[in-house]
Amino acid sequence: MSATRSLLDSFASGLATWMIRLRWIVIIAALAGTGFIATNITKLEYSNNYRTFFSKSNPELVNFEAFQATYTKSDNFILMFVPKDGSEIFTNANLAAIGDFTEKAWRIPYAARVDSVTNFQYTYADGDELIVEDLVPAPGASSDEELIAQKGVALAEPLLNGQLITSDARVTAVMVTLVYPEQSLTEVPEAVAAIRALREEIEAAYPQFEIYLTGSSMMNNAFSEAVQKDFTSLIPLMIGIIFLTTLIAVRSVSATFATLVMVVLSTMIAMGWAGTVGIKLAGPSPSAVIVILTLAIADAMHILITLRNGMRAGLDKHAAIIDAVKINFLAVTITSLTTIVGFMALNFSDAPPFRDFGNISAVGILAAWLLSITFLPAVLSLLPIRVRKVALEDQQSALVGFANFVIAHNRKLLFTTSIAVIALIAMIPRIELSDEFRKYFGPSIEFRTDTDELIKHFGFYAMEFSVKSGEPGGITDPAYLARLEDFTQWLRADPAIEHVYSLTDIMKRLNKNLHADDPDFYRLPEDRELAAQYLLLFELSLPYGLDLNDRINIDKSSTRVTAVMVGDTDTRAIRKFIKDSEAWFATNAPAYETTATGPQVMFTYIAQRNVESMIVGTAIAIIAIAFIMMVALRSVPMGLVSLLPNALPILAGFGLWALVIGKVGFSVAAIASLSLGIVIDDTVHFLTKYMRARRLKNYSGPDAIRYAFETVGAAILFNTLILMAGFSVLTLSAFKINAELGMLTTTVIGLALIIDFLLLPGFLLMMSKDKDQEQSVQKGDPHVA
Amino acid sequence: MLLRPSFHKTIPISLLSAALAMTGSAVSQTPAAQGDTPEAQKGYEVALRNDKSDEGFGDSRVTARMVLTNRAGQETTRNFSFSTLEKENDEVGDKSLIVFESPRDVEGTALLSHAKILDPDDQWLFLPALKRVKRISSSNKSGSFVGSEFAFEDFTITELNKYTYNYVGEEEHDGVMNDVVERFPRYENSGYTKQKSWTDQEIYQARKVEFYDRKGGLFKTLYLSDYRDYDGIWRAHTLKMVNAQTGKETVLAYDDFEFKTGLDSNDFEQGILTRLR
Repeated sequence: MSATRSLLDSFASGLATWMIRLRWIVIIAALAGTGFIATNITKLEYSNNYRTFFSKSNPELVNFEAFQATYTKSDNFILMFVPKDGSEIFTNANLAAIGDFTEKAWRIPYAARVDSVTNFQYTYADGDELIVEDLVPAPGASSDEELIAQKGVALAEPLLNGQLITSDARVTAVMVTLVYPEQSLTEVPEAVAAIRALREEIEAAYPQFEIYLTGSSMMNNAFSEAVQKDFTSLIPLMIGIIFLTTLIAVRSVSATFATLVMVVLSTMIAMGWAGTVGIKLAGPSPSAVIVILTLAIADAMHILITLRNGMRAGLDKHAAIIDAVKINFLAVTITSLTTIVGFMALNFSDAPPFRDFGNISAVGILAAWLLSITFLPAVLSLLPIRVRKVALEDQQSALVGFANFVIAHNRKLLFTTSIAVIALIAMIPRIELSDEFRKYFGPSIEFRTDTDELIKHFGFYAMEFSVKSGEPGGITDPAYLARLEDFTQWLRADPAIEHVYSLTDIMKRLNKNLHADDPDFYRLPEDRELAAQYLLLFELSLPYGLDLNDRINIDKSSTRVTAVMVGDTDTRAIRKFIKDSEAWFATNAPAYETTATGPQVMFTYIAQRNVESMIVGTAIAIIAIAFIMMVALRSVPMGLVSLLPNALPILAGFGLWALVIGKVGFSVAAIASLSLGIVIDDTVHFLTKYMRARRLKNYSGPDAIRYAFETVGAAILFNTLILMAGFSVLTLSAFKINAELGMLTTTVIGLALIIDFLLLPGFLLMMSKDKDQEQSVQKGDPHVA
Repeated sequence: MLLRPSFHKTIPISLLSAALAMTGSAVSQTPAAQGDTPEAQKGYEVALRNDKSDEGFGDSRVTARMVLTNRAGQETTRNFSFSTLEKENDEVGDKSLIVFESPRDVEGTALLSHAKILDPDDQWLFLPALKRVKRISSSNKSGSFVGSEFAFEDFTITELNKYTYNYVGEEEHDGVMNDVVERFPRYENSGYTKQKSWTDQEIYQARKVEFYDRKGGLFKTLYLSDYRDYDGIWRAHTLKMVNAQTGKETVLAYDDFEFKTGLDSNDFEQGILTRLR
């Protein structure tokens, strides 16, 4: 085994020697190669469609796609108009603004329909005529009597009250429905720019309103805006952090510069690759930039710290570089490999942006590994590097002191740490999976702030039900309509439901209209033919764009009920609502098939779907990493032992999260495999040094631990700090999934350090006790006084 | 001409030609649609030639089948009979009567329309289940016709003077050379801002029409094919409307047309609706 080691050592030192000799070629090749790949960065695009977060086979997406193929695939803008003086909507001044906006909104790119209180298709009887016209035919020019009548109709109309007008008639909403061709990524920003311009125009013309802008199209736009915000704010911050921490760790401006260039090149290669393969950035995938910057620095850090130690010991710069590459080659290779495995496991995720995130990160880490053993030595050999000695001594002795403390109290530490970890792990069941897309964005995003305003007056989460009668024309069957009405009433009785759109309201109204507006006939028609003919008459009367084609299937076999839930419903309540609604149908209307669908239904189960899909991925990552560790440490038991200090911080991290925060979104599914790949690095460094001391130097357990602390303690400490700093940067993301990813990973990395330093030594000592006792007797122990 | 061909010409050709020569002038009480640019004039001429090709058909009867398809690929069929009476003079439009045969729930429901030039058409619907005739009040005829991708406007309003025209150029479509003309509605309440038609240069019939919505975007496209000649009167027997926005489509298929069947204006009066069965 020492033959393998020396073979590796000679390969590594040979490599470093050549890198220094050919440094100009290496540097130019690295820069040119990176430049070549990096040109494709310009091909990168930001996705602005929430559907990106769902795999093609995601059951909730499949349902929703089928629903949209039956009705219409649409997105929307919701504009809420709040008079600043608190006045009612039904004044000529206010209606003029709504009418003007309604008219102009038809010209928003991709707009397919506009619904407001002014163009609501009001029906009434006039002799033998069914009048179908705009509720406010001439906005701004109604008489006082007309205004009172219009307000009365609006508030009495179940399709309006709670959806487009509040029950106190003081706030109104306009809904712009958009149908995107989905041919180009510029469609959403184009529509958003137009609606923002129109809002400004209306605000300028009618300054009496506060206008809020939300809806699914704004959410889609927020995804790409959040990414762009992150890019412009987080990346400079991350580079600043890298610069500072590296400077503190190696105390050399030129070495810090070399490191910075190396990590930036790694990131450029990864993003260039992403552009080459046509990845569309969304959600977590752009965070790969931060992750690569963070992880790439870890490779450099080990080499730089060893280099500094070598120069401190009196080696000249080139010899110290060669030595640093030689000593770290194996560890850097293994840690890169395990991290890559951890990230690659994200390919099992149900959410494509997580797969992209994993793959981009993996490419970046691979690039960082290559550059750290080629480009970095080459650059370092060119730059002037000086080291100061004093500080290092302090650090080392502090770590030796710490090592002595750990060795002296190993049983107590092992015991208390284990208890604490077990207590945290016991908390895991309290974690609640929660994905409310309103809360995906921070307060820097307009979609979030405006939606927060909207939900004070209206509902937000639309739950769609396509209620299938099972036969063509079946929706006018009185039995079907009666069940549909029962369901509508059941929904309306639920305090979490703000509004329900149901065909039965239209049928009741038509029945009344066609009986000379006799209020006694405000009930469902009892004759199937009659109902079908009412509907035909009504449909023939509806103007362009305001038809029922998006509410009724073409063969009139099914119709769509939309229940809008209050905006501050949590995921648990939504899940319960979905179950209850399906149970309602099973009990009360078993003949009619339906399932709840819609964007929020998809997000409600996204965490669950991703956890399910990641179980296999995480298992494969664990097995692969264990195998790598067995080979690297050349010991099956040590390979298995290595998993312990890495699985524990992940589990304890989840426990701590459950205790402190409780709710977590779907990024939780990715944490296990990716943080395993990261935190195992510390263990790799610690265990390789420990094993080296035991095997090559024949040290006793305590001595080997002291040796490990002495040689890699500082590097582990610095690396942990850098990693924690890097992942903390993610917590500032405007996108909550990234922030949670950052916070959870930071927690796990922190816990991993504690466990590596407090629990692992105790565990190793316990394992090696028997052997040590013999050896100590024979050899004595030079370090223990 | 789309579904229903046009009407009788009461304006003497010579007068029309004279009018064409005088740019921007009115011909009769109906304001002239031809414009003051060569493109507008040429566009008008193409439309006029198409309009004339249909002159004197008298009345027609046909049975029709509409097949609606949604994006999920589901299909449904509606059957109806369709009678048309050519208009008597230039002041009024054609009259038409649609009687639904299926779906079963609306069997016998009849829609009577009296087309107008610039005013909204008059329409009445007979509901057999209610045994009553209801007048339809809507002034906007661009809404969906029985859930299909066709609007009533798409197959009733082809009156020459309802539009102003702009000649775009020539283009081959389906192996025939076509005149491409844009037309802009002159009447209020159209859902369309523009239509673009391809009229072939051999039989002067429309082969394709694009409909543009209020924001000027392509809304839907009509393909007319399977033209047959009935003693000089041409009729398309397959009309496919594809909604560019939703991906839904409707195919309207006609059986053989019968012409000059003896229908007169009494057959298109409101009172006839209650006596259809």
